[in-house]
Amino acid sequence: MTQFLHMGGYAAFVWPAYGVTLLVVLLNIFWARRLLWQAKQEARRRLATQGFET
Amino acid sequence: MTWTWFHRLGSPPYIYRLAARLTPWFGWTAALLLLVALYDGLVIAPPDYQQGDGFRIIYVHVPAATLSVMIVYTTMALAAATGLIWRIKVAHAVAASCAPIGASFTLVTLVTGSLWGKPMWGTYWAWDPRLTSELLMLFLYLGYMGLRSAFDDLQRADRASAVLAIVGLVNVPIVHFSVVWWNSLHQGSTLSLSGEDNIATPMLVPLLLSILGFTLYFVAILLVRLRGEILRRERSASWIREALSL
Repeated sequence: MTQFLHMGGYAAFVWPAYGVTLLVVLLNIFWARRLLWQAKQEARRRLATQGFET
Repeated sequence: MTWTWFHRLGSPPYIYRLAARLTPWFGWTAALLLLVALYDGLVIAPPDYQQGDGFRIIYVHVPAATLSVMIVYTTMALAAATGLIWRIKVAHAVAASCAPIGASFTLVTLVTGSLWGKPMWGTYWAWDPRLTSELLMLFLYLGYMGLRSAFDDLQRADRASAVLAIVGLVNVPIVHFSVVWWNSLHQGSTLSLSGEDNIATPMLVPLLLSILGFTLYFVAILLVRLRGEILRRERSASWIREALSL
Protein backbone atom coordinates (compact mmCIF):
# COMPACT_ATOMS: atom_id res chain seq x y z
CA MET A 1 0.00 0.00 0.00
CA THR A 2 2.80 2.43 0.89
CA GLN A 3 4.46 1.45 -2.34
CA PHE A 4 1.26 2.16 -4.23
CA LEU A 5 0.89 5.58 -2.62
CA HIS A 6 4.53 6.32 -3.36
CA MET A 7 3.87 5.94 -7.14
CA GLY A 8 7.50 5.11 -7.88
CA GLY A 9 8.61 8.54 -6.70
CA TYR A 10 5.98 10.39 -8.75
CA ALA A 11 3.43 10.68 -5.93
CA ALA A 12 3.76 14.48 -5.79
CA PHE A 13 2.62 14.68 -9.43
CA VAL A 14 0.27 11.72 -9.93
CA TRP A 15 -2.00 12.30 -6.89
CA PRO A 16 -2.53 16.05 -7.43
CA ALA A 17 -3.37 15.31 -11.10
CA TYR A 18 -6.02 12.76 -10.07
CA GLY A 19 -7.20 15.04 -7.25
CA VAL A 20 -7.77 18.02 -9.55
CA THR A 21 -9.63 15.82 -12.03
CA LEU A 22 -11.88 14.37 -9.31
CA LEU A 23 -12.59 17.87 -7.98
CA VAL A 24 -13.66 19.13 -11.43
CA VAL A 25 -15.76 16.00 -12.03
CA LEU A 26 -17.63 16.62 -8.76
CA LEU A 27 -17.91 20.37 -9.32
CA ASN A 28 -19.48 19.84 -12.76
CA ILE A 29 -22.14 17.59 -11.21
CA PHE A 30 -22.83 20.23 -8.56
CA TRP A 31 -22.90 23.16 -11.03
CA ALA A 32 -25.19 21.35 -13.49
CA ARG A 33 -27.68 20.39 -10.76
CA ARG A 34 -27.61 23.92 -9.37
CA LEU A 35 -28.30 25.38 -12.84
CA LEU A 36 -31.30 23.08 -13.32
CA TRP A 37 -32.62 23.82 -9.83
CA GLN A 38 -32.30 27.57 -10.38
CA ALA A 39 -34.02 27.35 -13.78
CA LYS A 40 -36.89 25.42 -12.18
CA GLN A 41 -37.24 28.01 -9.41
CA GLU A 42 -37.22 30.79 -11.98
CA ALA A 43 -39.85 29.02 -14.10
CA ARG A 44 -42.05 28.49 -11.03
CA ARG A 45 -41.80 32.19 -10.21
CA ARG A 46 -42.74 33.13 -13.78
CA LEU A 47 -45.70 30.72 -13.67
CA ALA A 48 -46.85 32.22 -10.39
CA THR A 49 -46.72 35.77 -11.72
CA GLN A 50 -48.21 34.69 -15.05
CA GLY A 51 -45.13 35.90 -16.89
CA PHE A 52 -45.73 33.26 -19.55
CA GLU A 53 -47.53 33.69 -22.80
CA THR A 54 -50.54 31.44 -22.79
CA MET B 1 -39.21 9.01 -45.53
CA THR B 2 -40.71 10.60 -42.51
CA TRP B 3 -39.15 13.64 -40.88
CA THR B 4 -41.09 13.63 -37.65
CA TRP B 5 -38.11 12.38 -35.65
CA PHE B 6 -36.08 15.35 -36.90
CA HIS B 7 -38.76 17.83 -35.90
CA ARG B 8 -39.09 16.19 -32.51
CA LEU B 9 -35.38 16.84 -31.90
CA GLY B 10 -36.12 20.56 -32.13
CA SER B 11 -39.08 20.35 -29.76
CA PRO B 12 -38.20 21.64 -26.27
CA PRO B 13 -40.74 19.52 -24.31
CA TYR B 14 -39.64 16.36 -26.11
CA ILE B 15 -35.92 17.02 -25.54
CA TYR B 16 -36.55 18.04 -21.93
CA ARG B 17 -38.27 14.76 -21.14
CA LEU B 18 -35.82 12.69 -23.18
CA ALA B 19 -32.86 14.33 -21.39
CA ALA B 20 -34.40 13.59 -18.01
CA ARG B 21 -34.92 9.94 -18.96
CA LEU B 22 -31.44 9.42 -20.41
CA THR B 23 -29.36 11.16 -17.73
CA PRO B 24 -29.18 8.27 -15.21
CA TRP B 25 -28.21 5.78 -17.95
CA PHE B 26 -25.29 7.90 -19.13
CA GLY B 27 -24.33 8.92 -15.60
CA TRP B 28 -24.23 5.46 -14.04
CA THR B 29 -22.54 3.83 -17.04
CA ALA B 30 -19.90 6.58 -16.89
CA ALA B 31 -19.40 6.04 -13.15
CA LEU B 32 -18.93 2.31 -13.65
CA LEU B 33 -16.49 2.73 -16.56
CA LEU B 34 -14.48 5.38 -14.71
CA LEU B 35 -14.16 3.22 -11.59
CA VAL B 36 -12.89 0.29 -13.66
CA ALA B 37 -10.53 2.61 -15.59
CA LEU B 38 -9.25 4.09 -12.34
CA TYR B 39 -8.38 0.70 -10.86
CA ASP B 40 -6.99 -0.61 -14.13
CA GLY B 41 -4.92 2.52 -14.75
CA LEU B 42 -3.53 2.97 -11.24
CA VAL B 43 -3.09 -0.65 -10.15
CA ILE B 44 -3.18 -3.14 -13.03
CA ALA B 45 -1.30 -1.35 -15.83
CA PRO B 46 2.49 -1.82 -15.60
CA PRO B 47 4.78 1.20 -15.06
CA ASP B 48 6.28 2.78 -18.17
CA TYR B 49 9.89 1.80 -18.94
CA GLN B 50 10.95 5.46 -19.21
CA GLN B 51 8.37 7.42 -17.23
CA GLY B 52 7.79 4.88 -14.45
CA ASP B 53 4.53 5.45 -12.57
CA GLY B 54 4.49 9.08 -13.69
CA PHE B 55 2.90 8.02 -16.96
CA ARG B 56 -0.34 7.19 -15.07
CA ILE B 57 -1.27 10.88 -15.38
CA ILE B 58 -2.12 9.98 -18.99
CA TYR B 59 -5.37 8.35 -17.76
CA VAL B 60 -6.78 11.68 -16.64
CA HIS B 61 -4.84 14.01 -18.96
CA VAL B 62 -5.69 12.45 -22.32
CA PRO B 63 -9.44 12.00 -21.63
CA ALA B 64 -9.66 15.59 -20.34
CA ALA B 65 -7.87 16.83 -23.47
CA THR B 66 -10.09 14.72 -25.72
CA LEU B 67 -13.18 16.21 -24.10
CA SER B 68 -11.83 19.74 -24.15
CA VAL B 69 -10.76 19.86 -27.78
CA MET B 70 -12.46 17.14 -29.77
CA ILE B 71 -15.72 16.27 -28.09
CA VAL B 72 -17.00 19.29 -26.16
CA TYR B 73 -15.75 22.07 -28.43
CA THR B 74 -16.86 20.32 -31.61
CA THR B 75 -20.30 19.61 -30.11
CA MET B 76 -20.57 23.24 -29.01
CA ALA B 77 -19.59 24.69 -32.40
CA LEU B 78 -21.82 22.31 -34.40
CA ALA B 79 -24.77 22.96 -32.10
CA ALA B 80 -24.18 26.72 -32.33
CA ALA B 81 -24.03 26.53 -36.14
CA THR B 82 -27.24 24.45 -36.22
CA GLY B 83 -28.95 27.00 -33.99
CA LEU B 84 -27.74 29.90 -36.07
CA ILE B 85 -28.64 28.43 -39.46
CA TRP B 86 -31.97 26.77 -38.70
CA ARG B 87 -32.89 28.98 -35.74
CA ILE B 88 -33.43 26.03 -33.43
CA LYS B 89 -33.64 27.07 -29.77
CA VAL B 90 -32.71 23.63 -28.46
CA ALA B 91 -29.47 23.68 -30.49
CA HIS B 92 -28.47 26.99 -28.92
CA ALA B 93 -29.30 25.52 -25.52
CA VAL B 94 -26.93 22.61 -26.25
CA ALA B 95 -24.12 25.00 -27.23
CA ALA B 96 -24.61 27.11 -24.12
CA SER B 97 -24.55 23.97 -21.95
CA CYS B 98 -21.23 22.80 -23.39
CA ALA B 99 -19.09 25.84 -22.59
CA PRO B 100 -18.62 25.58 -18.80
CA ILE B 101 -17.96 21.84 -19.05
CA GLY B 102 -15.41 22.42 -21.82
CA ALA B 103 -13.70 25.23 -19.95
CA SER B 104 -13.34 23.16 -16.80
CA PHE B 105 -11.86 20.19 -18.66
CA THR B 106 -9.47 22.45 -20.56
CA LEU B 107 -8.25 23.60 -17.17
CA VAL B 108 -7.86 19.97 -16.06
CA THR B 109 -5.88 19.28 -19.25
CA LEU B 110 -3.52 22.19 -18.57
CA VAL B 111 -3.05 21.39 -14.86
CA THR B 112 -2.53 17.64 -15.29
CA GLY B 113 -0.21 18.34 -18.23
CA SER B 114 1.84 20.70 -16.06
CA LEU B 115 2.04 18.08 -13.33
CA TRP B 116 3.34 15.63 -15.89
CA GLY B 117 5.70 18.19 -17.47
CA LYS B 118 7.55 19.02 -14.30
CA PRO B 119 9.12 15.58 -13.71
CA MET B 120 9.38 14.66 -17.41
CA TRP B 121 10.48 17.94 -19.03
CA GLY B 122 11.75 19.73 -15.94
CA THR B 123 9.24 22.54 -16.26
CA TYR B 124 5.57 23.15 -15.45
CA TRP B 125 5.06 25.32 -18.50
CA ALA B 126 6.67 26.08 -21.85
CA TRP B 127 5.40 28.33 -24.66
CA ASP B 128 5.15 25.32 -26.88
CA PRO B 129 2.68 25.07 -29.84
CA ARG B 130 0.55 22.35 -28.22
CA LEU B 131 0.46 24.00 -24.80
CA THR B 132 -0.18 27.46 -26.20
CA SER B 133 -2.98 26.36 -28.53
CA GLU B 134 -4.60 24.48 -25.63
CA LEU B 135 -4.37 27.63 -23.51
CA LEU B 136 -6.08 29.48 -26.39
CA MET B 137 -8.83 26.85 -26.14
CA LEU B 138 -9.42 27.91 -22.53
CA PHE B 139 -9.64 31.57 -23.59
CA LEU B 140 -12.11 30.61 -26.35
CA TYR B 141 -14.40 28.91 -23.84
CA LEU B 142 -14.08 31.77 -21.36
CA GLY B 143 -14.60 34.34 -24.14
CA TYR B 144 -17.72 32.48 -25.26
CA MET B 145 -19.11 32.47 -21.71
CA GLY B 146 -18.14 36.12 -21.18
CA LEU B 147 -19.81 37.16 -24.43
CA ARG B 148 -23.00 35.33 -23.47
CA SER B 149 -23.19 36.98 -20.09
CA ALA B 150 -22.78 40.42 -21.72
CA PHE B 151 -26.33 40.15 -23.14
CA ASP B 152 -29.51 40.34 -21.12
CA ASP B 153 -31.51 38.94 -24.00
CA LEU B 154 -30.94 35.18 -24.36
CA GLN B 155 -31.70 35.14 -28.08
CA ARG B 156 -29.10 37.78 -28.84
CA ALA B 157 -26.59 36.04 -26.55
CA ASP B 158 -27.24 32.79 -28.45
CA ARG B 159 -26.64 34.33 -31.86
CA ALA B 160 -23.59 36.42 -31.00
CA SER B 161 -21.84 33.64 -29.08
CA ALA B 162 -22.62 31.16 -31.87
CA VAL B 163 -20.48 33.19 -34.27
CA LEU B 164 -17.56 33.12 -31.83
CA ALA B 165 -17.95 29.35 -31.30
CA ILE B 166 -17.89 28.72 -35.06
CA VAL B 167 -14.85 30.95 -35.67
CA GLY B 168 -13.04 29.27 -32.78
CA LEU B 169 -13.44 25.91 -34.48
CA VAL B 170 -10.25 26.66 -36.48
CA ASN B 171 -8.31 26.11 -33.25
CA VAL B 172 -9.42 22.45 -33.03
CA PRO B 173 -7.17 21.15 -35.86
CA ILE B 174 -4.41 23.51 -34.69
CA VAL B 175 -4.35 21.90 -31.23
CA HIS B 176 -4.63 18.43 -32.67
CA PHE B 177 -1.92 18.71 -35.32
CA SER B 178 0.38 21.07 -33.41
CA VAL B 179 2.61 18.14 -32.43
CA VAL B 180 2.95 17.19 -36.09
CA TRP B 181 3.21 20.62 -37.74
CA TRP B 182 5.73 22.15 -35.36
CA ASN B 183 8.71 20.92 -33.45
CA SER B 184 6.81 20.54 -30.19
CA LEU B 185 8.11 19.58 -26.79
CA HIS B 186 4.87 17.66 -26.33
CA GLN B 187 5.05 14.01 -27.30
CA GLY B 188 3.15 12.78 -30.35
CA SER B 189 -0.29 11.21 -30.26
CA THR B 190 -0.67 8.06 -28.20
CA LEU B 191 -3.80 6.99 -30.04
CA SER B 192 -4.57 7.06 -33.70
CA LEU B 193 -7.81 6.33 -35.50
CA SER B 194 -6.11 5.12 -38.65
CA GLY B 195 -2.71 3.66 -37.86
CA GLU B 196 -1.18 1.78 -34.99
CA ASP B 197 -1.42 3.03 -31.44
CA ASN B 198 1.87 3.93 -29.79
CA ILE B 199 1.00 2.12 -26.58
CA ALA B 200 1.02 -1.44 -25.26
CA THR B 201 -2.34 -3.15 -24.80
CA PRO B 202 -2.32 -3.39 -20.95
CA MET B 203 -1.75 0.37 -20.87
CA LEU B 204 -4.20 1.06 -23.70
CA VAL B 205 -7.26 -0.65 -22.21
CA PRO B 206 -7.60 1.68 -19.17
CA LEU B 207 -7.01 4.68 -21.45
CA LEU B 208 -9.85 3.72 -23.79
CA LEU B 209 -12.14 2.93 -20.83
CA SER B 210 -11.31 6.28 -19.32
CA ILE B 211 -11.96 8.23 -22.54
CA LEU B 212 -15.28 6.43 -23.03
CA GLY B 213 -16.21 6.98 -19.36
CA PHE B 214 -15.43 10.69 -19.49
CA THR B 215 -17.38 11.05 -22.74
CA LEU B 216 -20.50 9.45 -21.25
CA TYR B 217 -20.00 11.58 -18.13
CA PHE B 218 -19.93 14.68 -20.36
CA VAL B 219 -23.21 13.63 -22.01
CA ALA B 220 -24.84 13.15 -18.58
CA ILE B 221 -23.73 16.60 -17.37
CA LEU B 222 -24.74 18.13 -20.70
CA LEU B 223 -28.25 16.65 -20.42
CA VAL B 224 -28.76 18.11 -16.94
CA ARG B 225 -27.53 21.57 -18.01
CA LEU B 226 -29.59 21.33 -21.20
CA ARG B 227 -32.81 20.94 -19.22
CA GLY B 228 -31.98 24.09 -17.29
CA GLU B 229 -31.16 25.99 -20.48
CA ILE B 230 -34.41 24.82 -22.13
CA LEU B 231 -36.48 25.96 -19.15
CA ARG B 232 -34.81 29.38 -19.27
CA ARG B 233 -35.73 29.76 -22.94
CA GLU B 234 -39.27 28.46 -22.72
CA ARG B 235 -42.15 30.90 -22.80
CA SER B 236 -45.08 28.54 -23.08
CA ALA B 237 -46.69 27.73 -19.77
CA SER B 238 -48.57 24.53 -20.50
CA TRP B 239 -45.77 21.97 -20.76
CA ILE B 240 -43.62 23.71 -18.15
CA ARG B 241 -46.43 23.27 -15.65
CA GLU B 242 -46.45 19.61 -16.61
CA ALA B 243 -42.63 19.29 -16.54
CA LEU B 244 -42.42 20.83 -13.10
CA SER B 245 -45.45 18.71 -12.13
CA LEU B 246 -47.33 21.59 -10.60
